[in-house]
Parts: sequence; C-alpha cells; structure tokens
Amino acid sequence: MSHLANLTLRIWRQSGPADDGRFEDYSIAEISEEASFLELLDILNERLIGEGKDAIVFDHDCREGICGSCSLMIDGQAHGPQLGTATCQLHMRKFESGVTITVEPWRASAFPVIKDLMVDRAPLDRIVEAGGFITAETGGAPDANLILVPKPVAEAAMDAAECIGCGACVAACPNGAANLFTGAKLTHLNVLPQGQAERLGRTEAMVEKMEEYFGSCTNHGECEAACPKSISIDVIAVMNADYLKAKFKNRRLLART
Amino acid sequence: MSIDTAVDTGLGTPGSLKLDAKVPDGPLAEKWDTFKENEKLVNPANKRKFKIIVVGTGLAGASAAATLAELGYQVEAFTFHDSPRRAHSIAAQGGINAAKNYKGDGDSIHRLFYDTIKGGDFRSREANVHRLAQLSVDIIDQMVAQGVPFAREYGGLLDNRSFGGAQVSRTFYARGQTGQQLLLGAYQQLARQVGLGNVKLWTRVEMLDVVVIDGRCAGIVTRDLLTGEIVSHAGHAVVLATGGYGNAFFLSTNAMACNTSAIWRAHRKGAYFANPCYTQIHPTCIPQSDDFQSKLTLMSESLRNDGRVWVPLNADEARPAHEIPEHERDYILERLYPSYGNLAPRDIASRAAKRAVDSGHGVGPLKNGVYLDFSEAIGRLGREVVRERYGNLFEMYERITGENPYGTPMRIYPASHYTMGGLWVDYELMTTIPGLYCAGEANFSDHGANRLGASALMQGLADGYFVLPYTISNYLAEWLNKPIPGTDHEEFRRTELAAGDRFRRFLSIGGTRSPDYFHRELGKIIWDYCGMERTAEGLEKAQSEIPALYDEFSKDLRVTGDGESVNQTLEKAGRVEDFFELGMLMCRDALDREESCGGHFRVEHQSEDGEARRDDENFAHVAAWEWTGDPGKPIRNVEPLTYEVVHLQTRSYK
Repeated sequence: MSHLANLTLRIWRQSGPADDGRFEDYSIAEISEEASFLELLDILNERLIGEGKDAIVFDHDCREGICGSCSLMIDGQAHGPQLGTATCQLHMRKFESGVTITVEPWRASAFPVIKDLMVDRAPLDRIVEAGGFITAETGGAPDANLILVPKPVAEAAMDAAECIGCGACVAACPNGAANLFTGAKLTHLNVLPQGQAERLGRTEAMVEKMEEYFGSCTNHGECEAACPKSISIDVIAVMNADYLKAKFKNRRLLART
Repeated sequence: MSIDTAVDTGLGTPGSLKLDAKVPDGPLAEKWDTFKENEKLVNPANKRKFKIIVVGTGLAGASAAATLAELGYQVEAFTFHDSPRRAHSIAAQGGINAAKNYKGDGDSIHRLFYDTIKGGDFRSREANVHRLAQLSVDIIDQMVAQGVPFAREYGGLLDNRSFGGAQVSRTFYARGQTGQQLLLGAYQQLARQVGLGNVKLWTRVEMLDVVVIDGRCAGIVTRDLLTGEIVSHAGHAVVLATGGYGNAFFLSTNAMACNTSAIWRAHRKGAYFANPCYTQIHPTCIPQSDDFQSKLTLMSESLRNDGRVWVPLNADEARPAHEIPEHERDYILERLYPSYGNLAPRDIASRAAKRAVDSGHGVGPLKNGVYLDFSEAIGRLGREVVRERYGNLFEMYERITGENPYGTPMRIYPASHYTMGGLWVDYELMTTIPGLYCAGEANFSDHGANRLGASALMQGLADGYFVLPYTISNYLAEWLNKPIPGTDHEEFRRTELAAGDRFRRFLSIGGTRSPDYFHRELGKIIWDYCGMERTAEGLEKAQSEIPALYDEFSKDLRVTGDGESVNQTLEKAGRVEDFFELGMLMCRDALDREESCGGHFRVEHQSEDGEARRDDENFAHVAAWEWTGDPGKPIRNVEPLTYEVVHLQTRSYK
C-alpha cells in the first residue's frame, strides 16, 4: 500500500459566525493513498483531541456521495479536483506528496459560516418549501400505472432529480447563484405529467424565493463543472423558459396591466 | 390478542407489564379493515387541538409528519441534520417492493406477505407483515403522484426488477438511487407543509430524552447542536422515527451520525426493546482497507446477478486473480448452494464469505475479502451490457479502491447494514409507553430475524403514510379537551437538568481518549462476539469486556471544546455512551436466544452442513427487554408469535 508524505493542510478555522476566521496550517507526515479526504480530517481530529485542542468542525454523514452533507472547498474547487465526485468520495490517491492543500468552507453570502468548515445552507430548503413539490396529499393518488410517463421523460426527470442539495453550485459560482439547484428541482418536476398542474406557479414561486437569497446567473457554467452529480446547465434553460412563460400567463399579473 | 408475560420462560424474571399487541380479531386478510372500522376518530375541527412531535425526518418520519399535518394536527418535526433531506434513507440503492403484479407473474398481497415472513425466518408478527403487504400497493401510487421518477418501460408504464428472496418481479426502482428519490418525495411533501406553516421544523436539534408523566409520554427534551441549549417540548403524542442501530459495530454501511440514542433513551424510560440481536450483515460491501477507516461502502446486491463469488483454493495464494487457473478457484456459493448459487440470501452468503476468510482463503492486501468476478459475465454478455447494468457501481468501486472491476475482480466482504430489532410496538405502532410511537427501522415490527432486500423503504413509508395517521387518532381521541402537562412541569425540568449534567460530565472527565477511539474498540467487541457468528462463550466474554471498556470510557474520555457552540466530539460522546448499554443488551439477547434464525447465527445451533437450526418449540416468540436501571440486569419479556395462516418450515435455499 503506498503512502503520501509531508502534506500541509491549510484549514479555515472560525469559532463562530461573529469570528473573523483565519487559516491554520497542519502538517501530515504520512497518509495512506487508500484514505478518503474526510478520513484524513478524522485522523487529524483524533490528533487534535489528543493534544487537547478543538476538533475541526465539518458537515459529513453518509460518505457515499448521496446525502449532500459534505461541503469543502479544496484548493479553490468545490468538492476538490475530481470531476463528478463529492468530497466524501475523494481519495488521497488524487493528491501528491509534499503539497499544501487549502481547505475552506463554501463561500457564499447566502451560506454564512457556522463554525470552521460548516455553513448554513437553509436557504436551499426555503426554495423547496416555496414550491419544490407536487401537491398530492396522502391517500388520494390514482393507480400508479394510470399516469404514463414516456421513458425519455422519466430519464430526463431523473437526471435532474439526482441533485443532492450540497450547494457546490452556489459555492463555485462567482455570483453565488443557486440557479443550478433551483433549475434541477424545477426540471425534475416540470417535465413530468404529474407536475403540469402547478408548473408555472411553482416556477415563479421558486425563482422568486431563490432571488431573495442568492445572486444572479451570468452563464459562467462553473456550477456544472463543480456539481458532484454532473447535472447539466440545461436545467437553467428549462427554468428560464418556464419562468418567462409564467410571467406571460400569470393571471394576477395580467389583471394588473 | 393479549399476552400475559408472567409465563415462565426460564429466561430471566418475567416482567410486570402485560404485553398486549392489540392485533384485531378476525381473519388475517381482514384485520386492518377491522381496525379501521372500529378505531376512534378525531373530527377535522378538533385535530388542530393536538400537538404531535415527530423525531427524525427520514422516510418514516417525513411521511408521517407531512401526512399528520395534512390531516390538520399541529406537528413539530425534529432532525439533527441541517435539512430533512440528509436522513440516511437517502442512501438506499436497490428498490422498493410492492405487490402490484404489474408483470402478471403471479404476485399477490399474500405472496409478498409470505415471502417477507419466510425471509424473516418466521420470527415476525403475522398481522403486521400482512398489513405491510397490503399497503405496499398504496405506497407506489402515492410516490408516483409525488413525482418520484421511477424507471419506466418504453410505453410509459412502470418497470420492475427482481430481488433476492422472491420468485416474482415486484421491485420498483429509480436507477441505483431509489432511497434518494423516495426520500426527496417525502421531504418535498413535508417541505410543502413547512411552507404552509402546518409543520414547525427544527433542524440541527437532537433529541436527548423522552419525558413520561403519569404513565404517558408527555414530550421530549432536545439539545440545539449549534448553541448547546437544552429545551423541553410538550405534546399529546411523540413519534420516534430515528432509524436503526447498525453503527453499534462502529464499521457499518450506515451514515456516520446514525445512532441508537433516541430509542435507547426511550427504552430507559420504559419502552421495551425487542430482539436487539437481530442485525443484518450485508454480503457485498467493499472490505476495510486500513485501521483508520471510518465506514464501509455497500455495493448493491444486484451485482450478484452476474458476479461470481470465489476464493483461491490455496490459502497461501500470492498470484493476482487473473493468473489463478480455474481449477485452483473455489466458487463457494455455487458449490454450497447449487440451486440459488451466487443469489443465496444475505445472511447465508455473508456466512460463507466469513468462513472462507476465517480459514485463511481471503483475498486482497489484508486478506479480508472474497472475489466478486465479472469476467465470465463480460465474456458472455460483452463489456457494453455489463456497463449498462452496473456501470455506476463499477465507477463507485473504482473511485474508492483505485481498481478497475472490468479487469480485476471486485473484492467484497460482509458488513453491518440494517437492524431488524428495535423498540417493541403493538399493532398500532405504540411502544409500551402510552403516547410514544415508533416507526421505520427504529421499531422491530415487520422483518423478523432477517429483512429481504427492497423491504426497508416499503416499511418506512407504510408506517409513516398509512399506519400512524390512522392509529394515532385511536389514542388521541380520548385526550380531547383534557389538559396535558406543559413544559413547566417539574418532570421536564428534571429531565433537562439530567441531560445537561450528562454533557457537562463528558466535558469534565479530562482523560486521554476520544469518543471515536472508544466507539471503535466497542465496535470490535460487538462485531467479534455478536456479529455474523455467535457463541455462548464469546457472548459471555462480551458481558464482561463491554463493562470493562465502559469503565475506561467513564474515566479516560477526553472531549475538547465547550458545550455552548457546535461540538461534534461532544455529540459523539453521548451517542457512544448509549451504544455501550445497547451493546450489552444485544449480546445478552443473543446469548439467551438459544437457536439460530435469520441474521442471528449461534454456532451451537447448526445442522451438520452448517445451516441455521431454529427452535420453534422454545423460541417462536419476540424477546422484549425491560430496562431495570442496571444494564447488566435487564428483564426479558416475551410475546409469543402465533401463526394463523403460515406453516413454520425450515428455510432452505439449497
């Protein structure tokens, strides 16, 4: 089993929202290539506890790339150097001996730092609460096969639905926009037959809630490159088209003009 | 059905409480309808007078909270994550079973019911399992209406695939992310209720204890993980949907934060804990690569459709897999179980792999795995077909191990995956504490001694969407317009103080070892003695080794930081302490259950060819453990399992 040697981890430490925060350097003499990046942090934390120091706080849970908890900016890249990979699935064999690795929390005004590498991503939930659902209260559903969904439509919905809600798209965006996240949820629901009844209202509600918290999209495309699920920027086009339609067809708006 | 636990089982002192499963009378297939016809209802205008607390927002918790809010109850939902969408239900890969018979291949509610009972090795409650099979069809309808993008045929109808332990195709799936898509469906339904103001959602808040006043559950005490603030919440009923305890083994496929604390704390307050020794070990996980490893990754069971499990015949084999000729390989599952071959059920495949490794035939740098080889499938089907079927799993494997499964066989080894045991609940999902309910993996009710694949998602959603919303009114109706104690009641104060003292104690020990260190050591003991194979001797050892390690924990624990801001080390300390007591009970339950069934394999109870030997005469019952204040002296109560429809048989997959 091979090892990496002489790594320096430059990690963002911030004791709370009110603290200014700073980088601190930690040297790692040796680490197995088999270790995941988060296991490297585990090992470092064990060492810090042994030295009587506070462990580094970071969000993580499933470590299988699906829960969306982990959220590290590694050398300026959301989720690190490997494409289509969440931090928890990044392994040390992607790094070389002797390097300095800079680790920061997501940087976005909508995601304030809670402590160290942990941020508050609640605005993403607010967008879903505004309209990211199909209203189908428990008990009234028709037989599942009464709703035919053509295979390509189901596939397109699924491609968008793979979003894990990690917020990497926001962190990678120079404007701190959440268009990839919002577009993915809208595309998932708006292309399905079940989602048609609320399609325009949903789009309007979610886009406008998004704009309360996040910056605007200027087509940099950084989000697509950072997305651990490689969700296509096409979902933003679907969202924009539906938003335009919603603005034309919105009855309240028509009544006002 | 009323059971007096004063039956002398010869195992511990019989408890004082009567275990009444409250199963409705009448023929099995009509019991659920009978219940619904006779249950007490709360009229729509009165529902808003009741507050229901739901702890946990996975499949069971989110679906319950959303549905109860839709009905008009005041609901408060609690998650220790930053969002309900992070719950570990999200990681389920394979699918969800439903007796839709869309394939016309002979499926029916009865067949799903029977497969689940047999899969559970005849150790589950018939009436609950039958209801689960009935509700399975409603779940698919509900989830499709929510917009879950299940796999489709070209004509637009739903697709199905087959799964272990069944002879029909009844598994609905969304690529390899069925759990994710179902959880997002339930989460979105919950989010709608949060947006409408019908559910108050508490995130990054962990439940520390339940509060029992005058014999009924009066609420919970929580800790804000961001500020350390300890707060009481009073309600008419409390639902625990807090998942399983597979992380007792430290290394498991569970998410890092999965823990037993909510149900364990409820157990300490009087909720019986049923069958803690029934744990499921999943055969296809990526083997541990080093001592620092924090968790294991599951590879979907579906891989065994085309992969062949083998080990080298020669224990000292040093050549790489492709240089080992056919006649020097042992295809263990094909040899031992010719009719099921590589598709033998989880418990059976796991034990075969363990025996191969224990006898020195393991593969990989640490000799701790067996091969899962696709070369034959690639030769037969071509690389492209294999890529279509398993491409995403192969990529995941390569990302973790750095090895390419198209050229080198995968290495797999069994790991803790799911726990069938949990809080004892009656037919209405109420624990032995009136007003306290338990749903999903956290309860013990539906899977007996072994769970079939694609059944966990089914149970979580059945409990949350279609069982609790009916059964909870049966309890609440009698509390209409009666005052309940508020959070100013002294019992809430006392519980808050005790919870705060506990965290201050962790901070003040000032030893040298982290909570993770103790968790890892505890996990080793539980895995060695209460893992895939158990012996009386080992379990007896565990009874002394666990308390000895706990003694060290209480003297040598070091928790750095403070209790007033985020402190993940402190959170972990509380969870590890609860795993100690649970581990004691798991081993005790495994020791007293003198038979082998499903995931519980006692070496002393096996046939000549090494298969599990059940003892229906003495152990066709649920062991429901009662807390006495001393983790070493729990009381074993029993609920006999009576079968009206099913005939007990030996479970054979030869």
